Amino acid sequence: MPSLHALANPARFLKIAKPLTGACFWAGVALIIFAAWAGLTQTPPDYLQGESVRILYIHVPTAWLGMGGWSGIAIASLSYLVWRHPLAHIAARAIAPVGAVFAALCLVTGSLWGRPTWGTYWQWDGRLTAMLLLFFVYLGYIALVRADVERGGDGRIPALYGIAGSVLLPIIRYSVVWWNSLHQGESIGLTSSTIAPSMLWPLWFTLSGFTLFFAGVVLMRMRALLANAKAEARMRRMAA
Amino acid sequence: MNPWPFVIGAYAVTALGAAGVALWSWLAMRAAERRLP
Repeated sequence: MPSLHALANPARFLKIAKPLTGACFWAGVALIIFAAWAGLTQTPPDYLQGESVRILYIHVPTAWLGMGGWSGIAIASLSYLVWRHPLAHIAARAIAPVGAVFAALCLVTGSLWGRPTWGTYWQWDGRLTAMLLLFFVYLGYIALVRADVERGGDGRIPALYGIAGSVLLPIIRYSVVWWNSLHQGESIGLTSSTIAPSMLWPLWFTLSGFTLFFAGVVLMRMRALLANAKAEARMRRMAA
Repeated sequence: MNPWPFVIGAYAVTALGAAGVALWSWLAMRAAERRLP
């Protein structure tokens, strides 16, 4: 079993990442398709929300990955600052656009769920506003990384921003506990759930499917960043 | 209110968003790896 430090070697990482990219991506796609079919046709409607509860199966994974993506950026940024792993910086850069897309999808699917359930697409409450802020924080990180690369920076400023942005994660997580909200309270915990098992089971498939899909797409972006860095280094050597 | 247009809309937006980011990333990876000898 290779250690994390051994994996920080780009050549060793690529040896593992190449077969893993397609495996994660296609396993994720298969799970998502199966779970979407199950969520749309094989589960009963909710006694209060009716058919609109089926949005749960895609809204929860997009929220999980919008927040999980930023957790990944924060962990990668911390390991970049502490151990100076070049791959950690690459990983954080690769996660950001994918995490931003999932944060946006969380906002859109939540809004589409809100209209038939609450009677409104949007409410400025703690959970929704904090998630919107996370989306803007993603956009800020992407712009900051681009500026840092263009100015030949060493990636420390985006890494500090990546760690600072993680302050939003507990705010999003506990917003429904701290403030009165239209958004429902916590219904799925680590060990228990208030959702009936007959309605809950496709969610485990969409959660694992979207997580594998996310990993596959992040690996694609890491490979692209590594290949571009390698090609640019080669051109600089040839020009010298 | 009929909830199905909202359900279908949510699934369609998610499918388009996920497919879009996957295609964009795959094209970026393919173009970058083609630059290597």
